[in-house]
Parts: sequence; C-alpha cells; structure tokens
Amino acid sequence: MITKLGLATVWVLDQDSAKAFFTEKLGLEVRDDMTLGEGGMRWVTVGAKGQPELSLALMVPGPPTMDPGSATQMKALIAKGVLGAGAFNTDDCQAEYERLSALGVEFVHPPEKRPYGIEAVFRDDSGCWYSLTQPFDELDETVPWNDCVG
Amino acid sequence: MGNVRTGAPPTLDTGVLRRMRLARDAMDREWAEPLDVSAVAARAGYSRYHFVRLFHEVYGETPGAYLTRRRIERAQDLLRTANLTVTEICMQVGFTSLGTFCTRFKQQTGATPTEFRRRARSGDAAAIPGCFVLLWAGGFRERPAPGSGEAPGSGETSGSGETSGSGETPAVSKNREGRAARGVLA
Repeated sequence: MITKLGLATVWVLDQDSAKAFFTEKLGLEVRDDMTLGEGGMRWVTVGAKGQPELSLALMVPGPPTMDPGSATQMKALIAKGVLGAGAFNTDDCQAEYERLSALGVEFVHPPEKRPYGIEAVFRDDSGCWYSLTQPFDELDETVPWNDCVG
Repeated sequence: MGNVRTGAPPTLDTGVLRRMRLARDAMDREWAEPLDVSAVAARAGYSRYHFVRLFHEVYGETPGAYLTRRRIERAQDLLRTANLTVTEICMQVGFTSLGTFCTRFKQQTGATPTEFRRRARSGDAAAIPGCFVLLWAGGFRERPAPGSGEAPGSGETSGSGETSGSGETPAVSKNREGRAARGVLA
C-alpha cells in the first residue's frame, strides 16, 4: 500500500537560480543541497515550511537520469514554457499575487475566481508554470469552470 | 550543459526560447488590447521578420494565428458565460470588425458565435479545473494530417485562394475577411 507522495521532481535550467527563486521569492525552505560523490549529481530539494512530508527535487535535465539528446529537448520544452509543474496552495491568492509580483515573479494570469477557489498562474525562473490556488471549502458552482482563459 | 550541435536550429538556444515565451505570455495577458506584431517582436528583442519566423518555428504557428486563436477561445468562454451581445464580445476580445470576428470564429469552432452560444447554454458544461483548461487553451493546435489541406485558421501567409475543403467547415467564405483580419498581427 502506498501511503503518501514524498517527493516530486521539478525540471529547471539552473539549480542555483531555481533554488534562489523557490526560497527567496516563493518562500520555500531548502531541505537538501548536496553533491552525490565526487563530480556527481547535485541533489537540491525544497519544500513548503508547513509541509515537511513533501519535497520538490530541483533537477537539471541531463545525466545520469537523462541522455544528452533528451536533456536538450527537455530544456527546450522548459524554456518554451509548455511545462506545467503543479499547483501551490495559498490562504490569500490576491495578497500572494501582489507579494510575488513585487518580487518580479512573472504572472501569466492574475487571480480569478473558479468554482474551487481563487487562482492565479505564474512561471518559475526557468519557464515552468504553476497554479497559485486559494481553495474554497466547497465548490461554488455559480462560478464558471473555464473562465480562466479570460 | 550539452553542446549544441553544428547546424542545430536556433530554437534549441534556451535564451531564444525564453524570449519567445515572454512574447507569447504577453499576448496571453494583453489579448484584449490592440496588439501589434511589431510591438510584440520588439518586446522579445527581435525585428518583426525574425520574430514571426522564430515564433512559428518554436510554437508551430505565427504570432498572428496564435493571438487570433486565443481571442476566439476567450470569445467562446464569454459566449458561454457572459451576458453580452456578440458584437460586444467581438470588441471585448480585441477584434475591430464583426464580420472578421464571425468568420474567424466559424473557421475555428465550426459554428457561428450565435450557434455556439445556443449549444453551449443548452447542455451542462464540463467540470474541468481551470488550470487544465488553461493548459489546453494555451496548447498547440492540432496539425492537419499530411495531404488533408490546410487547417482552418492556419492560412496565415498564404494569401492566395486558400483551400476551402479543410474538414467540417465547408462553404465558409472565410478568406477575404480572414486576411483582412489578421492584418493586425502576422
């Protein structure tokens, strides 16, 4: 039986700048930053301060898990901005939108109401997009589902 | 970092790709404005010509086609949900001509705005979280199978008597206005 999800991978173009982005701007904490063996893979994980059981591994596409050709393609996909890496929850989407915007975080969509919450969409410094969601306790079916493209 | 092989297309340069992404995001944010391709190109740091070529190489359609497609998608959304007339929606999403709007709308969706609204409001809307709709809406249009003719709405630069046999929207007299429409971008 699987009991939980403990780790998810976020593909980034540069671990240093990603680490700075996720901690200094998004406000996550660093869980690990180590290099495995001499000249080996650098392992950087971050996570939300209130959620110690889930970490994000900030990985640059490449060896040992990815061959050079695939890594090149993956980097192109990241930079093109077509990869969405997930959704972050917040207790105040509008306030967090303003805070992050002031720090220079690039938003694709400002906060908008959906049946499940208030949602904005931003990009990390590599180009992946994320939802920033302030969930409602229960669905508000009076709000259209697919308003978000507006 | 892998070395870029000689002769590799410039789009594998993540710096170039990033600038294309920023331009695309700008169109996603400012679709309702009277956007102009030269301005978007300048924002990406390119001449209009190089920008259109690179954007097409990266995203598979010209910036003009992309913007038009997104505007039609917004119009679909407004037709589903907003109490506005078709003319109001046309202006709201950044078109300046109702004829152009209706033509492009039918090319893309297979229905006129009025038909679309009637159908959309007669059934239950699918309950899909917004972020997935976003992903879908910002995605790529399907490429036509080889030999099946041009996809509706893709005839960005052909100008000449565009094929009218491309699938479900036969007999749409789309070209005259379609071409005028995209004058803005592309």
